Amino acid sequence: MQIKAVRSTPHLPGEEGLWVLILGDMMVFSLFFLTFTYYRGQEVALFAQSQKALSQYCGIINTVLLLTSSWFVANALNAARAGAGRRAQRLFSLAGLCGLGFVVVKVIEYSGKIDAGITLTTNDFFMFYFMFTGIHLVHVLIGLAVLSYAYHRAGREVLRPGDLSALECCAIFWHLVDFLWIVLFAIFYLMK
Amino acid sequence: MYSVLFTRVTAVWLFLLFLTAFSVAIAHGDLLGLTQRIVTIIVVIIAFLKVRFVGLEFMELRAAPLALRAVFEAWVALVCLGILLLYLFPGVF
Repeated sequence: MQIKAVRSTPHLPGEEGLWVLILGDMMVFSLFFLTFTYYRGQEVALFAQSQKALSQYCGIINTVLLLTSSWFVANALNAARAGAGRRAQRLFSLAGLCGLGFVVVKVIEYSGKIDAGITLTTNDFFMFYFMFTGIHLVHVLIGLAVLSYAYHRAGREVLRPGDLSALECCAIFWHLVDFLWIVLFAIFYLMK
Repeated sequence: MYSVLFTRVTAVWLFLLFLTAFSVAIAHGDLLGLTQRIVTIIVVIIAFLKVRFVGLEFMELRAAPLALRAVFEAWVALVCLGILLLYLFPGVF
């Protein structure tokens, strides 16, 4: 186990402006979560029945992919701080591959639903399912662009504090994408 | 020497995977003979526990200024509570 010195002064990860965006996004998604749970309470039988049409495997695989990508990103940031830019780049690439995997699984999942005649207009459950997971998927796509930016930024000859701060911002956004999915997975796939 | 293995983030990642497997197992198996309400309560609490771990450990909010950490922790607690209340008392709201 690596032992790190405890920082005596708090460190704001990333930059202030970024946190406005992150907290704003968290507020929006919390409304999604609460809206879904509210409407579920109004139509419990319909939501429980519709949930059975979801592929649990897709949900589980995607959860593991995002958790693993977050782990790669956290390690990438630590590598960059240790001055190992190349290693950070490799780890950001691995995180990006997991993110791409998530997109592929999601596309397979959506197309399976559409082939089975299930769309946004099927019922309330699937309206929320396509809307909220769709908005989340857009976040994943933005996150992939953010990760590729991080890849390039970590490739500089000498990493300066500004570079590390930029990498922190990228990492924070990706972790946001990860934890929003954790809640979506719980309420759409697992809630009984 | 920088090592990916045996770091704090690796321990957190393994724990998050374990929590995922655990919540899937109780949601799909009758292993503990729990009612659906209890299963859902556990699943939701585990989900927000995972969110908290991602925030504090991966996003490094554990070492962040107290105000930011407090906002994050409050969000986790309130949204988790809100979901549980709406789930348990659908007719009240």
